[in-house]
Amino acid sequence: MPKKNLKRLDLIFKNEHDGEKVLMKTLARPAQEIVNYLIISGLKGRGGAGYPTGLKWKLASEAEGEMKYVICNADEGEPGTFKDREILSQVPNKVLVGMAVCAKIIGAHQGFIYLRGEYKFLLQQLNDVIDDFHVWTNKMGMDFRVNIFLGSGAYICGEETALFESMEGFRGEPRNKPPFPTQAGYRGMPTVINNVETLAHAFSIFKYGPEMFKDLGVQDSRGSKVFSVSGDTPIPGIYELEFGMSVQKFVEDFGDGDAKAVQVGGAAGFCVPRKKFVNTKIGYQGKLTGESLPTGGSMMIFNSSRSMYNVLHNYLDFFVEESCGQCTPCRVGTQQLLLGIEAVKKGERSSDYLNRLLDLAENMRVTAKCGLGQSVANSFSSIVENFKEEMIY
Amino acid sequence: MNRVNLNIDSIQVSVAQGTTLLNAAKELKIKIPTLCHHEDLCVAGNCRVCVVEQVGSDRLLPACATPVSEGMEIRTNSLKVRNARKTVIDLLVSEHRADCTRCFKNGNCELQQLSSEYLIGEDSYIDLVSLKEYTIDYFSPSIIKDDSKCIRCQRCVRTCDELQAIGALTVAYKGEDMKISSFFEKPMYEVICTNCGQCVNRCPTGALVEHNYIDEVWAAISNPNKHVVVQTAPAVRIALGEALGMPPGNIVTGKMVGALRRMGFNSVLDTDFTADLTIIEEGNELLQRLKSVLVDKNPDVHLPMTTSCSPGWVKYIEHMYPDYLPNLSTAKSPQQMFGALAKTYYAKKMNIEPEDMVSVSVMPCTAKKYEANRPEMHSSGYKDVDLVLTTRELAKMIQQAGIGFESLENEEFDSFMGVSSGAGVIFGATGGVMEAALRTAYEVVTGREVPFKGLNITPVRGMDEVKEATIKIEDALPEWDFLNGVELKTCIAHGLANAKIVMDKVKNGEASYHFIEIMACPGGCLGGGGQPIPTNAAIRQQRSDAIYREDTGKPIRKSHENPEIIKLYKEFLKKPLGHKSHELLHTSYTERNRY
Ligand SMILES: Cc1cc2nc3c(=O)[nH]c(=O)nc-3n(C[C@H](O)[C@H](O)[C@H](O)COP(=O)(O)O)c2cc1C
Ligand code: SF4
Ligand code: SF4
Ligand code: SF4
Ligand code: SF4
Ligand code: FES
Repeated sequence: MPKKNLKRLDLIFKNEHDGEKVLMKTLARPAQEIVNYLIISGLKGRGGAGYPTGLKWKLASEAEGEMKYVICNADEGEPGTFKDREILSQVPNKVLVGMAVCAKIIGAHQGFIYLRGEYKFLLQQLNDVIDDFHVWTNKMGMDFRVNIFLGSGAYICGEETALFESMEGFRGEPRNKPPFPTQAGYRGMPTVINNVETLAHAFSIFKYGPEMFKDLGVQDSRGSKVFSVSGDTPIPGIYELEFGMSVQKFVEDFGDGDAKAVQVGGAAGFCVPRKKFVNTKIGYQGKLTGESLPTGGSMMIFNSSRSMYNVLHNYLDFFVEESCGQCTPCRVGTQQLLLGIEAVKKGERSSDYLNRLLDLAENMRVTAKCGLGQSVANSFSSIVENFKEEMIY
Repeated sequence: MNRVNLNIDSIQVSVAQGTTLLNAAKELKIKIPTLCHHEDLCVAGNCRVCVVEQVGSDRLLPACATPVSEGMEIRTNSLKVRNARKTVIDLLVSEHRADCTRCFKNGNCELQQLSSEYLIGEDSYIDLVSLKEYTIDYFSPSIIKDDSKCIRCQRCVRTCDELQAIGALTVAYKGEDMKISSFFEKPMYEVICTNCGQCVNRCPTGALVEHNYIDEVWAAISNPNKHVVVQTAPAVRIALGEALGMPPGNIVTGKMVGALRRMGFNSVLDTDFTADLTIIEEGNELLQRLKSVLVDKNPDVHLPMTTSCSPGWVKYIEHMYPDYLPNLSTAKSPQQMFGALAKTYYAKKMNIEPEDMVSVSVMPCTAKKYEANRPEMHSSGYKDVDLVLTTRELAKMIQQAGIGFESLENEEFDSFMGVSSGAGVIFGATGGVMEAALRTAYEVVTGREVPFKGLNITPVRGMDEVKEATIKIEDALPEWDFLNGVELKTCIAHGLANAKIVMDKVKNGEASYHFIEIMACPGGCLGGGGQPIPTNAAIRQQRSDAIYREDTGKPIRKSHENPEIIKLYKEFLKKPLGHKSHELLHTSYTERNRY
């Protein structure tokens, strides 16, 4: 058993049977107050981008539209993560309550759960829960219905605007922003789209108040987060941990004693090499927390037997395939990065070519249309810069 | 409207809310490069070559897709911006079979232009083309699709979707395999594509080009045993100049005739002549249909009648509204009427054996290439039209011939089949066929000219997407007295997306038109897929103005007053819709699949 150094929490998965009561109590409060709760709590989106949830709901409540929508993003396409699946199968009511409260605040009557295609096996079970949930909302005189939309499989469909396109029956290609979903989302109407975990946290905040949540974590990164731990670890699985821990602490708890790097946030995240374990805290990017990292929840540990070249190669393979292919920097850039490191490895291009590739990755970061292409540079640059020799020899 | 103040390259500017950064910069005469952007189409924001920097923001913004906001400070030419743009272009080139010296678009390619501006050099990224398997689809007589030259800007996809409502081209696959594809990757000639060429006109590169027949035409001209006849469509003369360095809106009829003669065509004739003929045949067909429906109550005759001179439209209705094929006028298009007459009547008149004749047409259109290849189009006993060139191909040939186009003297078409009326000329604009038909039909029925000042039937003119006009018939001649008091209801649409709107209305019984004019291309033939690039709303308007100027300047304005037409009926056809007409000038249609 690992040392109990990290603050393990049991907020999210704690089975609470008072969903109906919490919903009723929360709905009785003025909308303004609920939004303030969320803002005070410091809750930020758990889908990866880390946008403040209270602010998102506020913007959608102020936006004008004939219809408004609440969408729960359960596309969970990041390889090796399955936290949203666990939340939906263990505590689906929390997510539904989160959606219902959001609906009331922004004035939506229709909600959707965009469920990853591979999670089809959850469909029956979820629909039963939703049926019961509709009984509550009816009782409370609330005009709000939730439907499940089964996703089509592409990773990019988890990106919010691609998700709307896919729901509208089009090819999953991200849209230009602005307009943002809170202005013009699903069917061009103001939409709040939140990750499964974000909505479940909202439940806890409604139930226990914002202070409890705010007391967890550090500046700019409040509360807890569910992590999917994998790689060279004796104890892979999902863990709810407090934000703000250092990578060092994390490795002490989860590593196999020989960790040389941790990939925080999956393919789209950053690679932290051993020498930076101590000074890197896990949380959203902010000035006061030092070197912190955004993450959708995947934590992968690599020990010294791993080739970081292979690690990077795998990530690039993933991007080359999962890019929607729409925009130049991402479609072509990902292919060039992949072929580029291969060429350097084989000696077909000199090691200087890596600098050209770093420059390319940086240009992709600032020019790509959506988060996918923009984030390729995260893993690419952090791995190439920290493990240059492994790229060349 | 609300104004927004911002600063672009240290110049303060105030523009209307909702303006994009691209257009705001344009107001300041600052040019931002673009590739996926096209004025006729919705914003895509996928090529990323138009990125600009917003001071204080880390990521760059796509100028074509970003609306202005108050207080923005934009830099369009910072180091970061230039690097980013160069990277984007460099990446596109690495994915591109940059074989410029062998490319039809050489010298007229937006990617080539940008590569040159940004000095894309040898020391580039890894060549991706050799790693992929590309095939070139050159099976269609109209369009060649070469994926190895595609930059995935999706202009073609948006064109086919938004302007034509067809969706023959779609995006398939993702990531490195992403490509522009047709239904199950079938060749273009097997799918619903109407060959309109609107996508070709908007493709920034050589990925979609017309199937060109330049060498075949030169070969025919150089063959001493062949008599080569050329016909030129109404919309060519008002756009050809653009492809030869002149500003839009110039009428170059006389120079064009001169150039064709210098190139060595044996007879330089005019499609406008058969446009007049089409009017006579089609106008009479309309009147006959009206009689059959209103008087004889013949259930086999259908109204509304729709025009049939746009081969893109004909193929569209064959695919999409096959139940309405009986509504399509049986009259051939002017090109095909010309072809059928050239190898019969004209050949005989000129003492040429039809097998020694090569019939060439110059069209604003790529669908005309397909039309000439339809199996029905052999009424003369030979292929009625052998080779079809676009306006762009003709311009290229004029350049090859070393002809100083602008300094040419004006020359006249040869006769016979070279004289036309103003009614034939306006065929090239949306509403033109309708106006020409009304000028004739009204007069046939009432014995009087159409009741519009200067014969200008303005309600059917202009660029509105769908136009409707009603003409009330009064004091009809005795033969037509059943039309007395009838309000003739007409409708005009251009662009197949608008055709769809009209046809759905007809289908759902929401409209009771008698006569519908449809042109497959926005603006009519003047905006055809074979016209000079670029074509956009402003240029279409300038071409349209030129067409109506040409009409006004013509001594004869009505098809039935064209002396050569009168003579043709007297000597050969005898009467409209007569036996010879049916043999040579009318055709039939085929139902086609829906994909
Ligand atoms: C390529 C890509 C894939 C994404 N996939 C997911 C996903 O599977 N689940 C998710 O919740 N968010 C995903 N996101 C983030 C969403 O776009 C969006 O930011 C999120 O759903 C908002 O919810 P939140 O504010 O609660 O985080 C993805 C983003 C990108 C760029
Ligand atoms: S960045 Fe990649 S995934 Fe996003 S729009 Fe561009 S090509 Fe598609
Ligand atoms: S499409 Fe343009 S860049 Fe490509 S080969 Fe042709 S001219 Fe050159
Ligand atoms: S030629 Fe016309 S119909 Fe065919 S793909 Fe292009 S735009 Fe669509
Ligand atoms: S075929 Fe032409 S218009 Fe279509 S995506 Fe390719 S480059 Fe763009
Ligand atoms: S022109 Fe703006 S992204 Fe293509």
